[in-house]
Amino acid sequence: MAEVTTLQRAIEELVRDGDTVALEGFTHLIPNAAGHELIRRERRDLTLVRMTPDLVCDQLIGVGCARKLVFSWGGNPGVGSLHRLRDAVEQGWPAPLELEEHSHAGMAAAYAAGAANLPFGVLRGYAGTDLARRTRVEWVTCPFTGEKLAAVPALRPDVGIVHAQQADRRGNIQLWGISGVQKETVLASSRSLVTVEELVDELKPRPGGIVLPGWAVDAVAVVPGGAHPSYAQGYYDRDNAFYAAWDPISRDRERFADWMRRHVVETADAAEYRERLAETARAGAVA
Amino acid sequence: MTDYTPSEMMAVAASRRLADGMTCFVGIGLPSTAANLARRTHAPDCVLVYESGTIGAKPVHLPLSIGDGELAETADAVVSVPEIFGYWLQGGRIDVGFLGAAQIDRFGNLNSTVIGDYDSPGVRLPGAGGAPEIAASCKQTFVMLPQSPRTFVPRLDFRTTVGFGDGPGSREALGFTGAGTTAVVTDLGVLEPDPETCELVLATLHPGVSVDDARAATGWELEVAEDVGTCEPPTDDELEALRSLRTIEEAVKA
Repeated sequence: MAEVTTLQRAIEELVRDGDTVALEGFTHLIPNAAGHELIRRERRDLTLVRMTPDLVCDQLIGVGCARKLVFSWGGNPGVGSLHRLRDAVEQGWPAPLELEEHSHAGMAAAYAAGAANLPFGVLRGYAGTDLARRTRVEWVTCPFTGEKLAAVPALRPDVGIVHAQQADRRGNIQLWGISGVQKETVLASSRSLVTVEELVDELKPRPGGIVLPGWAVDAVAVVPGGAHPSYAQGYYDRDNAFYAAWDPISRDRERFADWMRRHVVETADAAEYRERLAETARAGAVA
Repeated sequence: MTDYTPSEMMAVAASRRLADGMTCFVGIGLPSTAANLARRTHAPDCVLVYESGTIGAKPVHLPLSIGDGELAETADAVVSVPEIFGYWLQGGRIDVGFLGAAQIDRFGNLNSTVIGDYDSPGVRLPGAGGAPEIAASCKQTFVMLPQSPRTFVPRLDFRTTVGFGDGPGSREALGFTGAGTTAVVTDLGVLEPDPETCELVLATLHPGVSVDDARAATGWELEVAEDVGTCEPPTDDELEALRSLRTIEEAVKA
């Protein structure tokens, strides 16, 4: 049964230095508040697993929490580069970052295999590309047709973290809209944390909604606004202006460090982060 | 007739390649603009599929990301990421994959991973995303990128995505089901593969562009079709539709 707890306590108990931590949410429902808490709790040597690293990984990499990144597309969607990711890869700052990169299809198959407790996922992919030489992929022959197919090792993170819209008091989760690999991440991971927008007395089924029963989740933390600058359908929109504003903030090491100190390191929690963001906005800058 | 820019000509030329009713797996940026333009002009029933799992999205505004809320809210169906790549793409249900890239070679192979050496990169690019399997499994692939010696290179720094691989027979040997890169739309014209050699050949030029311009912007010795044609300039209707396509931020500012 999931424990309904605070984000601080959940991170403290579930995530250790050196862990492999998956943070998922495909554009939608990105667990940014949980990423901030990993930074506040000074977790180190993490292997981050995320299909689209996005701002949450840019921040974790830039402050030095990560040793390795497993990913399939590392950009700021619609804006450009992830400058902290690039700085780590191109200049080794603040520390060298080991990369294990996949295609989306390969990584999705690896999560699905992990959730199904299979050793590998199988797909028609990677063949003929240079990716095949740079990532963990092998070739298997179909025992029925003889077709050669790509095999990717199952993803089995130590901790899987996702954000969702709602939980009830027993820790049952419901999420809807773009669902990415949320379900696979929780089911593939040894331990799991779901942050939610809202605790409700009763989960009312939604069209296209995904329910994760509380007994399949370790911890649930209520964090309103916990996906910002990503979005939670039915609650708030994607803060596209913030994604654009992140480009100049993250381009410069010092400006990035100042921003992180002011908005994340020196704030107590997600609520204070939002207050600080609002103050910064009132002072004239977008972020 | 209204004046237009080379990038507007590029978007219009690409959109015209999409027929009504086609299912199209759309990358963000130029491909998304061209596909949404097609849906607002000659192909209202073109089915837009985004890798976020949104099938049949009908956004009013141009999405900034492949997962904007508007895509999910207007879609016929929203499925998980393993499902969109497994059942829909690999399942062979998509007519056209629509991609961008940082580099392309004469066989329509694409690089979106790195400029320079992989281990000590000059520029680290975002990486593969959906591209390798989109190009493997869609019935055909359209590519959009501006044409210059930096983007049209004799040798890719990294082969992220296979067009025709090393030439004739490569796709078949790799087990790919789709036809490969059938059109490359640039700011200068459109290239199509030679059916025998699989090499990209200049097929049409945009108005005002010469064969020499296209050759000078290509990092290999560009083949030119004997009957190289000139693309029809954008119509007023196309330009009006294209210029009305805005992200929600641009719409709010306007």
